[in-house]
Amino acid sequence: MRITQFAQKQRTTIISGIAAFQMIIVLLQLWLFTTTMETFLAGYQETALPAAFASVVCFALNGGLFLYLRSL
Amino acid sequence: MPEEDSEVLSVAPDGRPSQDQPAWRRDFPLDWPEDQYRSRREFVSFLMLTSAAFVTGQFWIVLIQSWRKAAGKPQVKEIASANELAVGQAKLFEYPRPGNQCILVRLSDTDFVAYGQKCTHLSCPVLPRPDLGGMHCPCHEGWFDIRNGEPVAGPPRRPLPRVGLELRDGKVFANGYVEGVI
Repeated sequence: MRITQFAQKQRTTIISGIAAFQMIIVLLQLWLFTTTMETFLAGYQETALPAAFASVVCFALNGGLFLYLRSL
Repeated sequence: MPEEDSEVLSVAPDGRPSQDQPAWRRDFPLDWPEDQYRSRREFVSFLMLTSAAFVTGQFWIVLIQSWRKAAGKPQVKEIASANELAVGQAKLFEYPRPGNQCILVRLSDTDFVAYGQKCTHLSCPVLPRPDLGGMHCPCHEGWFDIRNGEPVAGPPRRPLPRVGLELRDGKVFANGYVEGVI
């Protein structure tokens, strides 16, 4: 079955699921950001770059889900 | 009973005509199926923007860090003469740049400490209380240990940024930060 052949009700369920998953990812990014800011202000420099790359991975995941959503 | 407006395009969740709907729904008509369908997509787009903003923020922190690293260690700067302060007295100075208020406290004949004056909670200026063994933030009753800058009471969770000091020829010099950033 092609994804464009999903019924509207099915699409709504998929979109809700994707939105919930994306929300979790964004919350993870929020946690990463606050933690990085805390450690940065405390004078530690080791965490900023790995946290930034982790945030990029989250963004890429979000982007993938977003593109999938657009194809529905 | 008011007549149904033929130009109203909205569809209520139960699908009944608008004259059968409660007054509040007639005042704020929404096309329920379309709203449900479109708003989720818009919400997901908004999440994408938020996600991008977090990535930008993370790299902004990295950028600031690399700027600071490139600027190198702050210069050594004379901030006071040793006999200028009696035990228990304090002196304000700016380090490493003008506007970065710091505070030097003499704890004993040979013991000096210096900290950035911004409280690590909400940046209120902290005041030295050597008689009580602490640095006090009057805004939210925060206290820091005067010997090492560690938070001991109140809302602050991070230590005060500590300025490195050296005593030479009866003078006190600031030579960078021991911990924290200003």
